[in-house]
Amino acid sequence: MTDEQPARQLADIASIHAAVGDEDTAHLLIGLNEVVSSRAVAGLDVDVESHDEGVRLRIVVADGAVIAKPVHMCFGLLQQAGIQRIDLDFAVGSGAKIDVIAHCVFPNATDIQHLMNADIRIGAGARYSYFERHIHSDAGGLLVVPKAKVTLAEDARFRTDFELVEGRVGTLKIDYETTCGPRSVLEMTAKVAGRGDDKIDIRETGHLTGEDARGALTSRVAVRDDARADVYNKLTATAAGARGHVDCKEIITDRGIANAVPIVEVSHPKAHVTHEAALGSVDSKQLQTLMARGLTEDAAGDLIIAGLLS
Amino acid sequence: MLYRDAGRDAMMIHRTERMSLLDVDNLSLSLDGSAILNGLSFDLWEGYVHAIVGPNGAGKSTLAFALMGLDGYRHIDGDIRLDGESIRGLSVDERARRGMTLGWQEPARFEGLPLRRFIACGADGADDETITEAMQQVGLDPARYLGRAVDTTLSGGERKKVELASILAMRPRLVLLDEPDSGIDVDSLHRIHDAIGLLRDAGTTVVLITHSMEVLGWAQHAFLICCGNIVDKGPSDEIVRYFRNKCIPCDHKNAPTLAEMP
Ligand SMILES: Nc1ncnc2c1ncn2[C@@H]1O[C@H](COP(=O)(O)OP(=O)(O)OP(=O)(O)O)[C@@H](O)[C@H]1O
Ligand SMILES: [Mg+2]
Repeated sequence: MTDEQPARQLADIASIHAAVGDEDTAHLLIGLNEVVSSRAVAGLDVDVESHDEGVRLRIVVADGAVIAKPVHMCFGLLQQAGIQRIDLDFAVGSGAKIDVIAHCVFPNATDIQHLMNADIRIGAGARYSYFERHIHSDAGGLLVVPKAKVTLAEDARFRTDFELVEGRVGTLKIDYETTCGPRSVLEMTAKVAGRGDDKIDIRETGHLTGEDARGALTSRVAVRDDARADVYNKLTATAAGARGHVDCKEIITDRGIANAVPIVEVSHPKAHVTHEAALGSVDSKQLQTLMARGLTEDAAGDLIIAGLLS
Repeated sequence: MLYRDAGRDAMMIHRTERMSLLDVDNLSLSLDGSAILNGLSFDLWEGYVHAIVGPNGAGKSTLAFALMGLDGYRHIDGDIRLDGESIRGLSVDERARRGMTLGWQEPARFEGLPLRRFIACGADGADDETITEAMQQVGLDPARYLGRAVDTTLSGGERKKVELASILAMRPRLVLLDEPDSGIDVDSLHRIHDAIGLLRDAGTTVVLITHSMEVLGWAQHAFLICCGNIVDKGPSDEIVRYFRNKCIPCDHKNAPTLAEMP
């Protein structure tokens, strides 16, 4: 532990006091490019290497290790400006199980870049769930670029949830690509709310290359003011029994722009992939239902969007 | 005079004892060029359970939407007065804040909206107790349902019950319930009946829109509408008889011309 102050502030903003205080819960708090607080648990090996603009992380979950409590990671910058680059190499051993909750906090950002480059390998029969929650400033001066290449061995399960609904997005470019082995299961979800002149670009790709692999790509986006969202989600299925679904909902208000291109590509006669996309204003019947209970149109719209992004 | 029985109109003489909460004056509405409601005039008495009955396509839901002032149903001719004051120019939420509300024939579903939030949204500052009580009143076990969302995972009947619970929690002055029995199983129907009794006991004026004889029987007073016209009104038992004897066998099937109306 190198600095009490940012550790406390980061934990405050991410509201992870309980996790940081708990002896049995692993955590890793990184402010800019240094570890401000950490705890390891058996079966989990974390190696951090600092450089000027960030850190290189190597995380290994041992074969068969079951990490009982979710691991909390916190990446953040309390400063207004800067660049934070995270290179992550994550290997989940065969039969292992781990849940990670990552908090990305930039409460004062006016000019910050948060760049994440991850290589994630999930072993046979392993389970990995990764929940990334962003808390941003209201200034909008952020560029967030999470990139990940993920491979799932046979019978592995990977679930990722990306959530950016607090503060301004700034510019977001998600680019995840996952290759799914036999009988593996992939679930990728992104929930983002943009306003002002926020720009949201989501590209989630899943390749169902193993027999009986399953994949679901889900995105829920709300854009208001002059914000813009482009969602290009893609599932390919090349093996017998592969099944998948791409589901995109975008709600726009004001002058927001939504664009969704769900791509499904199937090249095996015994594979089956579906997609659905719904883009547009808040549903009128939903609005009027809530307005018939006395909510103003704005309050009703906010409640509907909050539900969609919850 | 479209009313079947002029003698029945004598009842209206007692209107002074029956306080009119909502009065509808020569209400007409066209949708996409078709006349759907044709100059309806009637009063809803405060604290009464009324029914609006009529065959499919008669204009019952349209009437409810026009009374509530939903989008697309505001361009009416005639007037609607609440407590003697015109509400023609008021939006849905303004009408709701004056105590009016609507339960849909097929209620909307909301992805991710917690049931608790939905039920509370009309009941300013509703505490947990109010919410769980309203759920119990419609036969929804809070332990099973409180954590659910008002989404597509609820069955049609469950969704109707959630709608009614949210109305109970709101304690409105006037509620328009469009087919409160649709999708409700026989066992649960008495719950819905009891919930409507609770509304009435709390002083809420209730309008039951239905083509079910059973639900019609829950009302004290009923209007029979056909082709966007009121063709009869009176105590609900008399309207039940008329509907059963005349409307069900009627081969107009809701498409008579005005001149053919009884
Ligand atoms: N936008 C529209 N344009 C034209 N006709 C419409 C429109 N909306 C409804 N109608 C017609 O108005 C009539 C009344 O419809 P409404 O839904 O009010 O009937 P209802 O009495 O509630 O019937 P049900 O018992 O089937 O619910 C129907 O014939 C319907 O087809
Ligand atoms: Mg109807």
